[in-house]
Amino acid sequence: MTLLKVDDLVVEHRTPGRPVVRAVAGASLSVAAGEVVGLVGESGCGKSTLARTVCGIGRPASGTVSFQGRPVAPLGLRRRDSSLTGIQMVFQDPYASLNPRRRVGDQIADGLRTAADTSTTPADLLDRVGLPREFATRYPHEFSGGQRQRIAIARALAARPSLLIGDEPISALDASAQAQVARLMRDLAVESGAGLLFISHDLSVVRLIADRIAVMYLGKIVETGRTDEVWADPRHPYTRALLGAIPAPDGAGVLPAELPGDVPDPASPPTGCRFHPRCPKVMDVCREREPEFGPVACWLHEPA
Amino acid sequence: MSERHETAAGNGVLAIEGLTVAIGGKEILRGVDLTLEPGRVHGLAGESGSGKTMTGLAVLGLLPHGARVSGRIALAGRDLLSLPPKQLNAVRGAEVAMVFQDPATSLHPMLTVGRQLTEHMRHHLRLSRGEARERAIDLMRKVRIPGPEEAIGRYPHQFSGGMRQRIAIAVALACAPKVLIADEPTTALDVTVQAGILRLLRGLCDDLGLAVLLVTHDLGVMSAVADEVSVMKDGLMVETGPRGQVLVEPRHAYTRALLESLPENAGNAAAATAGAEPSEGEPA
Repeated sequence: MTLLKVDDLVVEHRTPGRPVVRAVAGASLSVAAGEVVGLVGESGCGKSTLARTVCGIGRPASGTVSFQGRPVAPLGLRRRDSSLTGIQMVFQDPYASLNPRRRVGDQIADGLRTAADTSTTPADLLDRVGLPREFATRYPHEFSGGQRQRIAIARALAARPSLLIGDEPISALDASAQAQVARLMRDLAVESGAGLLFISHDLSVVRLIADRIAVMYLGKIVETGRTDEVWADPRHPYTRALLGAIPAPDGAGVLPAELPGDVPDPASPPTGCRFHPRCPKVMDVCREREPEFGPVACWLHEPA
Repeated sequence: MSERHETAAGNGVLAIEGLTVAIGGKEILRGVDLTLEPGRVHGLAGESGSGKTMTGLAVLGLLPHGARVSGRIALAGRDLLSLPPKQLNAVRGAEVAMVFQDPATSLHPMLTVGRQLTEHMRHHLRLSRGEARERAIDLMRKVRIPGPEEAIGRYPHQFSGGMRQRIAIAVALACAPKVLIADEPTTALDVTVQAGILRLLRGLCDDLGLAVLLVTHDLGVMSAVADEVSVMKDGLMVETGPRGQVLVEPRHAYTRALLESLPENAGNAAAATAGAEPSEGEPA
């Protein structure tokens, strides 16, 4: 069953005096219940904007986001409709996403109240994320980054989400805590039958936890597929470049291949295929027409 | 690849001997020995808390207050640990420089890039404003920032993460240091950008004869640029040797465990249980 469906989503950032930046330019994506989808791409490609729009922070310029078959309304001043509290987000920086002046137990209890859950206690949730139960009376500053992110996950889980979104939830963490926290998110989501949209620029972690992978470039999803298939046989030149840039720990001293150029300015994207100025396999058609098909949006892999 | 000379002190530009650091009664480093040679990258691997960052900070005298240090850090015949603060200040940034993990926080957000590039040059090298500016533009070109003349007047937030880290490297290189300590220089960056930074570091090391201490948890990064690799655990060096040997035929059980826990080596079936940290035994 499709839990989340994003269809041809366009999100624009408007700043007075600047050109309109189209951060997400027609992206489509779906997440099924119990499925872990990894969204990867370079910084500035629109991953976070997509995630924020999915949970209603930010308003789409066009396209639709639907959750359990109902459209996601942008957050306003009024209390969020209870059907939408099934989407919960874990933010990038646990130093900023937890309130420093409230005990962590109270912050987790907010989530429990949202789900009208009277049988679970904050301590139970701390238990589930692998922290001692007595930590509920402490304040966020008493914890390390990895522990804080676990608390943020506990708070998100308290609302009994059917879709968990992690917006770079591990990038602010110490390197060795990253894999642990990522796997914890996966286990907890899958255990409770929820879907997980996991956004990261770290491909090696996404590979560990995602069932399906979506590669984003400059506001568009350029390739989707099962993680092992994409990993074994990346088809889009951009996916190839991304995977090729990961250095192998083989002791051979080979410097990873460098993808020439920078991510273009999303305010003035190149014509035709958005990747063509950096693409090693660019053809004439790439400069003129944008490949608007899937699962691999590349003229080399046009579906018959 | 040219044949390596003996690793023993003598041709090392920086030699750390028996370094111990204790903070609040807890021993962080328990006797670290390390020699950096010009033109070579020495990688330092290990989990968080193993003391790799502390080793880097100790060289610059940047340890937290109350840290008790013993041992010897020799740079050109001087022991950095016993230098008075004033002389140590003359070394920091001039002879030994550092690049930190996160370029978004290591650069000052309210000063132009040019100001941050020239401030210490004017102080250490006593350059005039014009000379410093010229040199800064030159450095920006060296780290391949497009349009250096114009870029120098911009602020850090106007650059992308990869560009910022290039600028941080340029700042570190400004006074032509002999030793560069890079603490997880690519961890905060995208893989495509990381590739560029690694090439840059390797190139600078080869061209300028810089001795680089590369602190990283990423064995892939290690394998790509390091000549020598040391593995740390609980404040001790468990293994040191040439890259090819440590990463391919590790002698120490801990290094083997680190390598086996990589998803590449764990195989697809075990990929779900393998982690960056071997001690972590979470169920799949």
